[in-house]
Amino acid sequence: MRFFYHFGNYLMLLQRVFKKPESGSLFRESFVRSCWDIGIGSAGIVAIVSLFTGMVTTVQTAYQLVASFIPKSTIGAIVSDSSILELAPTIMTLVLAGKIGSNIASEIGTMKVSEQIDALEVMGVNSASFLILPKICAALIMIPLLVVFAEILCLVGGMLVGDITGILTSDEFIQGARSTFMPFTFYFSMIKAFTYSFFIASVASYQGYNITGGAREVGEASTKAVVYCCVIILLSDYILAQLLL
Amino acid sequence: MIELKNIRKSFGDQEVLKGISATFMPGKVNMIIGASGSGKSVLMKTMVGLIVPTSGEVLLNGQNFYLLEDEAKKEIREKIGMLFQGSALFSSMSVEENVILPLKMFSNRSKSEMLDRVNTVLERVGLSGNNRKFPSELSGGMQKRVGIARAIVLNPSYLFCDEPNSGLDPLTSIKIDALIQEITQEFNIATVVNTHDMNSVMEIGDYILFAHNGEKAWEGNKTDILLSDNPILNQFVFATQFLQEFKSARSKKL
Repeated sequence: MRFFYHFGNYLMLLQRVFKKPESGSLFRESFVRSCWDIGIGSAGIVAIVSLFTGMVTTVQTAYQLVASFIPKSTIGAIVSDSSILELAPTIMTLVLAGKIGSNIASEIGTMKVSEQIDALEVMGVNSASFLILPKICAALIMIPLLVVFAEILCLVGGMLVGDITGILTSDEFIQGARSTFMPFTFYFSMIKAFTYSFFIASVASYQGYNITGGAREVGEASTKAVVYCCVIILLSDYILAQLLL
Repeated sequence: MIELKNIRKSFGDQEVLKGISATFMPGKVNMIIGASGSGKSVLMKTMVGLIVPTSGEVLLNGQNFYLLEDEAKKEIREKIGMLFQGSALFSSMSVEENVILPLKMFSNRSKSEMLDRVNTVLERVGLSGNNRKFPSELSGGMQKRVGIARAIVLNPSYLFCDEPNSGLDPLTSIKIDALIQEITQEFNIATVVNTHDMNSVMEIGDYILFAHNGEKAWEGNKTDILLSDNPILNQFVFATQFLQEFKSARSKKL
């Protein structure tokens, strides 16, 4: 029953969020700030995680492909497909759910407990739209860009470590990656990225917006936001794979 | 003018407001006093539209707020200014950005006109030259002043102050009280103040409503308080031996 209560409340919040902003200039300011926080603020962690993910995938794939009749370029094909299809869009958004989700939930939650949201409501401002819409829009743009960035760095990391350790040359890696590449794989990763980014921003905002209490509840909401975002990402990963592949 | 007619509010089985009626006049500092849990914060939140009453009417200049269409409600909200207990300033915004926000939201003024207005109200609350500072760089009293500046920037008809003196030292409290009183009279605003602070009540309270257990237990002005024989009110207001002696001395004088 609690699930339906929260799901209903979540839909009602979204209904308030997707209303025309009261002030275009304030929306733009908030949108740009959110883009900066979500995009530039997460680029470092995305770079580190994706580089190492690509490197480890190359080493582990080479370790498992011991048969001499399998061409080395196969490693490039496997690393590239798994990076684009799963590692960058799903693993990276799980990392981003931790960083961005907790950030959004605690920011909005702190505003709630310190009566800043009440102050907006008293002014006659649609606080849901004012606070959450710029974050959802920014996430829908920046997270897919971060996923593309992660895909590139996964491949670069895999290729570099293959070359440096002598597992396979860069040419073999690129040849393998190109031989199995299908544009749909990339489109599919973008569908995933858009879906997950919407859930990360909206679910985390819902958790923050509905806090009652104080600092302890802000912490709890932040943790819940990350856990729910991760579960929803994994669930929608399965549903999208089942529907689209 | 703000009129409350038989306001009731329940949360589940618990009735927090039990039929409160009152009238708050413009140009007067109207105070709601009462112990913690007496329902005064809920009462104020019903007046500003943050909590919908279970029954009863909130009339702002004769219009029932809760029966208005969204657009009309929005127009009324623009005439409401509120100072929150913790000031509720936006921590990521500077003083100027906090005060200019309602203007950006609801007025069609040019940027220079908005800045002029911001500077005028900041000067009025004694904070000229602090435009670029952030709330974290201000003292509690200064934050309250910014809160007041933000509340009056749109020339409101109604000003609500929730515990304006909480967390402030006595001297700063007196200054904030004086500011609230001056602004109320200067702009002919119907001001409603929620407070525990009896110094404020005795200094600036033109009309006082005493809430007890969700009911209006007493109403009057600051002179009436000294003469009242309402035992619940006396227990709340003159809680210490010193205050009881003060009351009997003043009563004799009056």
